Amino acid sequence: MSSTEKDAVTGRETTGHEWDGIKELNTPLPKWWVYVFIATVVWSFGYWVVYPAWPGIAGYTRGLIGYSSRAEFDDTMSVAADARRVWTDRIAASSVQEIAADPELLAYSVAGGRTLFAENCAPCHGAGGEGAPGYPNLADDSWMWGGDLGAIEQTVRYGVRSGHEQARISEMPRFGTDGLLDRRQISDVGDYVLSLSGPAADAAAVQRGATVYAENCASCHGEAGAGNRELGAPALNDAIWLYGADKAGVVQQITAPRHGVMPTWSGRLDDVSIKLLSVYVHSLGGGE
Amino acid sequence: MNVQAGQLRNADPGPAGAGSDQLYARHETVYSQRITGRFRKFKWSALAVLLGIYYLAPWLRWDRGPDAPDQALLIDMPGRRAYLFFIEIWPQEVYFLAGLLIIGALGLFLATSLFGRVWCGFACPQTVWTDLFMQVERWIEGDRNKRMKLDKAPLSLEKLWRKSAKHAAWLAISVATGGAWIFYFKDAPTALAEIATGSASGTVYGFIGLFTATTYLLAGWAREQVCIYMCPWPRFQGAMFDEHSLLVTYEAWRGEPRGHSKAGTPPAGLGDCIDCGLCVRVCPTGIDIRDGQQLACIGCGLCIDACNSVMAKIGRPGDLIAYDALGRSEARGQGRTVPLRLVRARTLIYAGLLLLGSAIMLAALLNRSSANLSVQPDRAPVFVRLTDGSIRDGYTLKVSNKTREDRDYSVGLEGPAAARIAILGQEAEVAPVLRVEKDSVGTFRAFVTIPSGAIQNATTPVTFTIRDLTSAEVSRHDTVFSAPR
Repeated sequence: MSSTEKDAVTGRETTGHEWDGIKELNTPLPKWWVYVFIATVVWSFGYWVVYPAWPGIAGYTRGLIGYSSRAEFDDTMSVAADARRVWTDRIAASSVQEIAADPELLAYSVAGGRTLFAENCAPCHGAGGEGAPGYPNLADDSWMWGGDLGAIEQTVRYGVRSGHEQARISEMPRFGTDGLLDRRQISDVGDYVLSLSGPAADAAAVQRGATVYAENCASCHGEAGAGNRELGAPALNDAIWLYGADKAGVVQQITAPRHGVMPTWSGRLDDVSIKLLSVYVHSLGGGE
Repeated sequence: MNVQAGQLRNADPGPAGAGSDQLYARHETVYSQRITGRFRKFKWSALAVLLGIYYLAPWLRWDRGPDAPDQALLIDMPGRRAYLFFIEIWPQEVYFLAGLLIIGALGLFLATSLFGRVWCGFACPQTVWTDLFMQVERWIEGDRNKRMKLDKAPLSLEKLWRKSAKHAAWLAISVATGGAWIFYFKDAPTALAEIATGSASGTVYGFIGLFTATTYLLAGWAREQVCIYMCPWPRFQGAMFDEHSLLVTYEAWRGEPRGHSKAGTPPAGLGDCIDCGLCVRVCPTGIDIRDGQQLACIGCGLCIDACNSVMAKIGRPGDLIAYDALGRSEARGQGRTVPLRLVRARTLIYAGLLLLGSAIMLAALLNRSSANLSVQPDRAPVFVRLTDGSIRDGYTLKVSNKTREDRDYSVGLEGPAAARIAILGQEAEVAPVLRVEKDSVGTFRAFVTIPSGAIQNATTPVTFTIRDLTSAEVSRHDTVFSAPR
């Protein structure tokens, strides 16, 4: 391999390799490139000494300067928390009503609440609180458990059917699967409740449904279908339906009601975060 | 490299970089010789004026009141403001900067079509700093011949100190260049004190280091290679020339055939050019102007000074190399005299565009509003259905108060008559007021509600308006109201 061969055309050395009569010119790496590469290799030895480098059985070499990315992260976070303290202290000392009445704290809460909402609430309630079938829209003016600041805060803090002792709980009887009403009655009462907010499909069915409603539903949902927030009974006389606005959806809900669950956030989020979230949700447009 | 490609490249092997057949030309150092004359004098004046502007401009003061910086030229990055004397530009008004660049480009086109590469030869920072670096080099290492000898000589104590002194001087100029750049972005006196006491931020030292490095490399080492290989301008500025543009020209009809001769009349059969080569030796890009117009000629006119000095010595008429129009030079060879034509269709169009651009900029500047409204409709959800069936859309309003005092704005909506507007936090107010602090942007949430019967289309155009309650100035923003189909 030591014998060098010159390419007749360019006058340059070849590598001596040949493939089907084609030879490769010897084009070594530029010297500066090689030197820089060697310098980086030498430099890396310094890293081994100064920074954490080698894994061991029970730990790793710590390095001379004791650097730790986790410690750096903690420092950064505590600096950020200190910077926010001027706000978080005021929010911790204020009620949600006081926060919403103070333009500065309101602006801070809406900005901070947006981030918290995106991290914790958006998977169910949507990026803008628009909800999804089965997950209430938080931007409209229909509230099952109340839409003022205090009611929203309580829902956020303890959840719905979350298992927390202060959680909001309601249960609608399974009129169909438990045999409380027959199919005909359920269909009639479905027509009736839909007629509360829209044109009646079948006047006779609505008439029959009204009787069934008065006997079975009015105690929770109200005589006129206005709902009852104390019991978490949704209003049936408005344009908003959690589980579907058509008759099939209503009939299904009467036959075998679905009951959504919202987790309790006290214990998962700190007090300040819960207040920020409550004010933010209230600010989405439906707050009372 | 396979044989076929080798054959395609060239059949004539030569030492690497020696022939024009190579793809890569080895760099030949240009040792430009000192010269005096009209153009050299002009070049020195331009250099003094331009460097003066660069170093002194940030120190100009301009009173804007107690709340604003008093520096005439300042680009305040953290504060998101640019100050140019009486003009204050916000980030969303960066089109003023675009306009300034367009005017600069048109000015360059006009100047090029009139006077050739005056930008390259006299005003370009690359030329100015290279010229300065070359002069420093001449002071320390001597003129052309001494420098060539020094470079060839083996390392000696003298070579060492001369080279060290040169690079130290270059670096000192580079640091001053990089340092002055900072003053355009931070208050100059404060920044100078901070830099000097070592209390400036790492960013500041980083940028000084960056511009020191680029100045040192581009003006000290790269020099004419920047013009020849890196700069796009020489590649298309030929499009602005015509036979009436003033360019550095060689009168070949008078000079050729060139040949050595003694002072006095040239011997029969020879032109005025005595082939002394001075025009090549003084050239900062190392070219021969007698080869004709070329990309590497920056039009600095030093070869004119060189040739005129020689022509005077040998008693021949000057301006064999001259700053002249190609058409005139050629006509003289045929015994005709053609007047210089500065007013031509090309220059008129460039001048017209320049005036138009400047007028538009001026009009935009004079009509710059003191408030700006920007409206962003909510994307999630695009609309909300309320219990009574009506549709509500949410919007984020950003109100920029560009004045130096707190201002109140009333807010209104132009669109369907049934639309109702409410501002978050002021839902109960009939006439909500948007209060924005001085020199800042206020963010507000607005909700627009339209009863279900009053809206037919999926999107309806609406316009938000704000009215400054102090100055009655109105600012508008068009957007849409979204509803279910």
